[in-house]
Amino acid sequence: MTKMSGAQAVIEALKRQKVEAIFGIVGGAVLPIYDVLYETPEIRHILARHEQCAAHAADGYARASGRPGVCMATSGPGATNLVTGIANAYMDSSPVIALTGQVNAFAVNSSYIIGKDAFQEADIIGITTPITKYNYQPKKASEIPRIMKEAFHIATTGRPGPVLIDLPKNVQTETAEMKFTDNVELRGYKPKTSPHPLQVKKAVELLLKAERPIILAGGGVIASNASSELLALAELLMAPVATPLMGKGCFPENHPLSLGDMGMHGTLAANKLILEADVLLAVGTRFSDRTTGKLDEFCSDAKIIHIDIDSAEIGKNVDVDVPIVADAKKTLKAIYQLLISKLQKKESSQWSKRVQEFKEQFKDEISGSEKDLKPLRLMKELRKILPNDAIVATEVGLNQMWAALYFMAYKPRTFISSGGLGTMGFGFPASIGAKVACPDRPVVDVAGDGSFIMTSQDLACSVMEKIPVTVIVLNNSVLGMVAQWQRLFYGRRYSAVDLGNVPDFVKLAEAYGAKGTRVGSLKEFSKAVKKAIKSEVTTVIDVPISPEENVFPMIPAGAGLKGMIESEGEL
Amino acid sequence: MDKKNTIIAAIVEHKPGVLYNVANMFRRRNFNIESISVGPTEQSDLARMTITVKGDEKLIEQMIKQLNKLIDVIKVSRLEPTSIVSREMALVKITTPGAKTRSDIINYADIFRARVVDVSSESLMVEITGDSNKIDAFIDLMKPFGVKEVARTGITALSRGVKSVRIEE
Repeated sequence: MTKMSGAQAVIEALKRQKVEAIFGIVGGAVLPIYDVLYETPEIRHILARHEQCAAHAADGYARASGRPGVCMATSGPGATNLVTGIANAYMDSSPVIALTGQVNAFAVNSSYIIGKDAFQEADIIGITTPITKYNYQPKKASEIPRIMKEAFHIATTGRPGPVLIDLPKNVQTETAEMKFTDNVELRGYKPKTSPHPLQVKKAVELLLKAERPIILAGGGVIASNASSELLALAELLMAPVATPLMGKGCFPENHPLSLGDMGMHGTLAANKLILEADVLLAVGTRFSDRTTGKLDEFCSDAKIIHIDIDSAEIGKNVDVDVPIVADAKKTLKAIYQLLISKLQKKESSQWSKRVQEFKEQFKDEISGSEKDLKPLRLMKELRKILPNDAIVATEVGLNQMWAALYFMAYKPRTFISSGGLGTMGFGFPASIGAKVACPDRPVVDVAGDGSFIMTSQDLACSVMEKIPVTVIVLNNSVLGMVAQWQRLFYGRRYSAVDLGNVPDFVKLAEAYGAKGTRVGSLKEFSKAVKKAIKSEVTTVIDVPISPEENVFPMIPAGAGLKGMIESEGEL
Repeated sequence: MDKKNTIIAAIVEHKPGVLYNVANMFRRRNFNIESISVGPTEQSDLARMTITVKGDEKLIEQMIKQLNKLIDVIKVSRLEPTSIVSREMALVKITTPGAKTRSDIINYADIFRARVVDVSSESLMVEITGDSNKIDAFIDLMKPFGVKEVARTGITALSRGVKSVRIEE
């Protein structure tokens, strides 16, 4: 037992969790914690310029490293500004710890307390209940060690997710005897990680009979670090692997069995081939509407095995034949071990040959002149330049779908994108977080002009904190994804999508002390990227592209996989 | 589709905010609660929620899974209608302009094994306990007299025999 203030206990708990960085913005209700941080050199504080960026950066840090990311904000507007970032982390199951200040919890010198609508008071517990895995508001300083321990445990185990701790100011200043322990006792939270042997057996029986198995591998494979188990199983079964956006990178996309992205803007090979599957092994994926399209057309003839650590995901969207509630890594391993005793490993099969034919048939062809800055060409070039372990984050919209379709990810945690919430403005702060987690690897944000402008003020943060990242702005001067929908489904009635050619991103970057450059050819692009990833300061590369550039294939909202539009020519 | 009432019993942490978490989840997931009753259990740190919901099999299964997912929810059980005792209590205030109606109401209350718990010159208050159908029937019967106010507790239920939803310490 040690006597210390609540604020000291918060920092002590973070040290015990080996937290190396906090992304945050100081304010009145977190002054006691910042005062302790002042004398805590072990924890680096990164001053964001908007709390939303602090939350996204913590999220990006978590996705790149697999360790929980921590963000902090003051009460009221500081806390509410975190909300988008927390919701984003929740939708994509990212372990983020959010610390917020709060007005006093108990009366000291007749001060206002929670519930009296004090200055900068917001009910952040009420606001974040539906978008956090759990949240806490200690009413006594002595609760802090236990709460902090539980918060990290909840955020990082089971299906990961954000946990918020709302810290009333006088709980931060109150002194108490603090008891730090390593034990967590939560009787209502005991995630099941080991698969039930009977379910594993059932899955294996289905897979043994399968002639055309396909694996759908989602974000859960990355969260449980199950990439090598997935690779081994896919090769044993000769089963192609399709990845919804959140799973991108969990299976090397240069592998012959990789089908790439599947879903609304999935590859032709993935979206077509999945309809032929007789057994679908879905692992760590939640069958989102963006992945499945219309449900009755989704693998209606296939038997489905669904592995997820969150039992509530089983049967939520798609009825399955063999549910397995467990950790992806353990389950894939268990299935592999049982299969290997019954299955002869083959070099190829009729099915794997068909997969190769499909991949060959639907290969992305680069056409046109080099002067034409086509997203496909740019993404292929980017892949050539970046080392395999470089991290690519994306914004949301066309830029994201082009990156997902054309930029091949080879390793888990090298592709970071806002999947569930679809948060424009996520990629840039997330890349700052990723760079803090992986300072020795290049980090690139593939952005659109519409998205980047939403969080570009954190250029100040990246410059001042010396966190150099590369931002590639695919600049079409338009809110491109929405413009595409208006072009295709609203008779080219472009409503509220024109962004004009402002700002000048080169000047914007320079105004913050970052580097800015504009490129007009593939050669210039290549040169600029090579320079930027070695630069010690953040670089913004402005790449003007056509506002009419679409992303295809596309499954229109509400349609099924069979309703896929393959190219512009079909319209 | 079969959309009958289902009674779910949940043992939860007895602390502030838990009811909010549960209610919030139901609202957010677009599930409807027909009735909910909450009270402490024989274990002082646990509370019991008896939640009556309507929906088909798939929906009920989702509700139970989503409830189980909440960290403050420790145990969830579905109470099978054939093997439980379920009760609801209601207080019904009826306007009574004359002595004749007053005695009629008291007679009806007797038939329903309900009790008169308050009398004023112009009203009567009746306490009635039973399954929800019985309470519905009584209220219907009182309507011609003039039902001024009804307060119902919602359903609470326990399974018969030794079977329980208790948390072993």
